[in-house]
Amino acid sequence: MQIEEKTRIGYYPGCAITMGSSSEEYGTSVLRVSEAIGPELEEIHDWNCCGASSAHATNHKLSTALSVRNISLAEKYGFKEILAPCPMCSQRLIISQKDVADDEKLKKDVEDAIEMPCNGDVKILNYLELIKNYCMDEIAEKKKKTPKDLKIASYYGCLLVRPPKVLNFDDPENPKSMDEIVEAIGAIPVDWEFKTNCCGGGFTLSRTDVVLKLTNDILECAVDAGADAIAVACPMCHANLDMRQKKIAKEYNRKFNIPIVYISELIGLALDLGPISLGMNKHFIDTESVVNAFA
Amino acid sequence: MKIKITTKELTSDFAKEVEERSGIDVKKCYQCGKCTAGCPVAYEMDYMPNQIIRFVQLGLKREALTSRTIWLCASCITCTTRCPKEVKIAELMDVLREMSLEEGLANPLEKNVITFHQSFLNSVKKHGRISELWMLNEYKMKRPKTALQDLIVGPQMLSKGKLSFLPHDIKGRDAVKRIFEKCK
Repeated sequence: MQIEEKTRIGYYPGCAITMGSSSEEYGTSVLRVSEAIGPELEEIHDWNCCGASSAHATNHKLSTALSVRNISLAEKYGFKEILAPCPMCSQRLIISQKDVADDEKLKKDVEDAIEMPCNGDVKILNYLELIKNYCMDEIAEKKKKTPKDLKIASYYGCLLVRPPKVLNFDDPENPKSMDEIVEAIGAIPVDWEFKTNCCGGGFTLSRTDVVLKLTNDILECAVDAGADAIAVACPMCHANLDMRQKKIAKEYNRKFNIPIVYISELIGLALDLGPISLGMNKHFIDTESVVNAFA
Repeated sequence: MKIKITTKELTSDFAKEVEERSGIDVKKCYQCGKCTAGCPVAYEMDYMPNQIIRFVQLGLKREALTSRTIWLCASCITCTTRCPKEVKIAELMDVLREMSLEEGLANPLEKNVITFHQSFLNSVKKHGRISELWMLNEYKMKRPKTALQDLIVGPQMLSKGKLSFLPHDIKGRDAVKRIFEKCK
């Protein structure tokens, strides 16, 4: 009898979503959902930071080497696919993988720096891709709760879809993958214009003023489109939209109080996993209205 | 905007150097301005993204490398995505930032952005991963004027367990340190 081999996916959480970090609820909910409906995630042992914006903004070789070390570790442990739920990480890993594939000299330098070979045959998945590829049937089968009249604005931000020529994921101007997941759990996707507008990302500490302006525009557009909550799949988008609403109220004289939820949390609620086990008590803006919609 | 262009600049190697380092052919840009039209941070920039490309085309090294624009680019990559001539503008900004640091030309008015990047990378170099609390601490010590900015958010993050006092050390810290050494 042949035993069907279980899909084994390498898990690269990245710094922002591990326990004791600013967006740990994203990591928590990703893992809870995976325990409930698969696929099995196995953390890549001793992974390091991908360097994020700070590395690629100041040192291309360093940025590439930091990212590629993780890909090489994944290769070493025999993973064919890895999940990087943080789009900064998934984007950096995919770009770095392509950069070394296209540039022999860079590849040699990077392999020398990380003291490991890099073959480049690991596929890097973002969270929406993982759900679309592996979980849509499971969500339909195992869904226990359907939200009542819950209108969700899916916010993709920059890094899931850009640069499109390298990432090859969804439409860079009007992506639909998150909206399809929102629909699959029984919520109502809202049509709005700011799906892929930038939130200011890494400027949250160094140019807070820029972040406040950009997030104000995004929140305004979502609220005006009638959204009850905004769904995200990025820790930086979440931090900027969730934590800065009080400051926006002061700066722009507009009070929002709109919950910002991770798409993994919404899937978890539909699977009846319980808001606290998903980490939803960690948000700045109360998520009770979203949780109650699933009652 | 009035900028003096001399033959010294027009015949300089700056454009060539940028092209070699980035693999981007800046000559393809015909100044349509689509990058600027879609840039979310253009309103704060001293020069528009298309002007930065023009500087590179004309060899105006100092103007490009001392601009605030290169540090205000949020790397959202909207410009690259929409460019009709497939000029990778966001990626070009990376190269210009690198050169600006190498030449000591980084604009002091955007010191916060640069210090943040340095504090971030110092944390990676030391621990292998980001320890947000310690990175924040380093950044705020170096930029004391920003210390009061996050007085509401910081304590709330701590109370929610979103900042850890324990650094996130990995076993391969030495391997990561060697990556930094070899990629100087």
